[in-house]
Amino acid sequence: MHPNPASQLDPPATPAGPTARARHGSLHRRDLAWYLDKAVGIVVFVGGVSAIIFILGIFAFITKEGMTFIFGDMNLKEFFTSPNWRPTDAVPEYGALALIVGTASVTGLAMLVSVPFSLGAAVFIGEFATGKVRESLKVLVELLAAIPSVVWGFIGFMIMKELIEDVFGVPVGLGILNAGIILGLMAAPIMTTIAEDALKAVPDTYREAAEAMGATRWQIILKVVFPAAKNGLLGAVLLGVGRGFGETMAVLMASGHAIQLPGSIFDSIRALTATIAAELGETAAGSPHHGALFTLGILLFVVTFIINLSADLIVRGIRKKN
Amino acid sequence: MKLRIVLAATVAFSLSCGGGAGDAERVLIQNKGSDTLVNVAQAWAEAYSLVHPTVAVAVTGGGSGTGFSALINGTVDIANASRAIRQSEIEAVEEGRGLTPLEFVVGYDALAVFIHSDNPMDAFSFAQLASIYAEGGAIETWSDLGISVPGCPSDEIIRVSRQNSSGTYAFFQETVLDGAPYKLGSRDMHGSSEVVELVENTPCAIGYSGLAYATDHIKMPCVAVEEGGECVAPSMETAINRSYPIARPLLMYTAGEPEGATGEYLDWILSDAGQCILVEGGYAPVRGDLACDIADG
Repeated sequence: MHPNPASQLDPPATPAGPTARARHGSLHRRDLAWYLDKAVGIVVFVGGVSAIIFILGIFAFITKEGMTFIFGDMNLKEFFTSPNWRPTDAVPEYGALALIVGTASVTGLAMLVSVPFSLGAAVFIGEFATGKVRESLKVLVELLAAIPSVVWGFIGFMIMKELIEDVFGVPVGLGILNAGIILGLMAAPIMTTIAEDALKAVPDTYREAAEAMGATRWQIILKVVFPAAKNGLLGAVLLGVGRGFGETMAVLMASGHAIQLPGSIFDSIRALTATIAAELGETAAGSPHHGALFTLGILLFVVTFIINLSADLIVRGIRKKN
Repeated sequence: MKLRIVLAATVAFSLSCGGGAGDAERVLIQNKGSDTLVNVAQAWAEAYSLVHPTVAVAVTGGGSGTGFSALINGTVDIANASRAIRQSEIEAVEEGRGLTPLEFVVGYDALAVFIHSDNPMDAFSFAQLASIYAEGGAIETWSDLGISVPGCPSDEIIRVSRQNSSGTYAFFQETVLDGAPYKLGSRDMHGSSEVVELVENTPCAIGYSGLAYATDHIKMPCVAVEEGGECVAPSMETAINRSYPIARPLLMYTAGEPEGATGEYLDWILSDAGQCILVEGGYAPVRGDLACDIADG
């Protein structure tokens, strides 16, 4: 793909040979094809920079909405250390600790669930499976990634809830365990795909060298391929974390939506994203509550941005090195 | 040409209907706010358009807070609410529009306490409910209340509540908890029907919501204000005669004294015709002596 073929033709037509060019219409520089080419070039350029424009626009918007709260009613210490989120009480309290802990604990458990699954799947697809098995597995994993999150939430609310209640004998099966498993299953396909890419990026010469020295299949994977693909795998895990942090609908339905510092994995929790989704609809624009919800949004945005950025840098780093 | 005929017909019709002299123009009343009231408000608007064809009422939901902010901004004539207006909101209306908001009670809604149908509990006092729901309350388990619930081996009381922007949440807090903050850790559902659904399927649970959302598979114990006082079960009758203690007023607010069409509309809502529509929607009217069969015409 050439970045901009039109630029090669850019130098203006020299007045030296207009007659020659007129006879060969296809060589004329300012015909329809030239304009088309130029137009497509512009469209592609706008498409390319639009991602940056949108990101900056979104950040500017949520920051503007959150500012009224940050410079008004916000108490930094209360916001990060108090679990009391009571924005509509007579004496409003804006402690986001329980929400932050809720999101972190669900994401943490989701990673415990999804990392072994997706690494295992990536190793199988990348190192063992061949031919049709490999191709169909790849398609299936990608299909899994396409299931809408509200469907996952429904599975959590209807099926996992009963299952957890029956197996563990807890009164309500909505909580960290339920949301963590659901989120883990949601993050696994993306992590599998990226982890498999990382394994594939390890040159075959490494494997061949290890094999020549008499290493077994497992020794090759554990001692040669994994260390070589370590950054790519870490990047895959971090992207999964980002997915877990930002997920809303499934967590809202499966977590029980209760503000508290959890004491066990069966406790219900409330996630940052779910709080915004549940409360934003009924707050008056411009009120401190409205601003506080946008401040939660800023927090989420910054954390996911950092996670995704570091994942990207790590993955990019390994690509460059190879 | 055609347009002129239609206009003439409209004028003739509205005059023949006995509307005020020169009242030929179509009047639009903007009405916004509480989701609890939105269905009834819609029914009122439709019925009123039959009585007064020249007046159109546009109804929007969005929550009590949304209605108040629209009143502050001056984009509505009437704001619907399931909670009373706050001092800060009164001041905002006065500041922004130079008018004092005026409150109209247009009906009542009973909030029922819900428990699982297997739960043996028959009665709650306000003190017990506050001790279950409010911060610092000592009651954490069903055995603290002296009962054991079949199907609830953990004995823990699972508190089911509403999201904090809901008028139901605020009213329960004000009336039953006496304004005290809720205990952390309640499951905050996003709608009255979700509360009912969760309590229905969870033996350990307790919840609260509007009486209109009750189903056959859920138990509604009676509620007493004082320990040992008269215990009243929630029903349409007890809400109408005001003996049920957790009944909240359904409110409408205008900025300043309502004039013209808006004033007439509010008068009509409070008339027998308007109140009977409210009863059909599952809420209690402001007067007990309502005779809805006669009020049809």
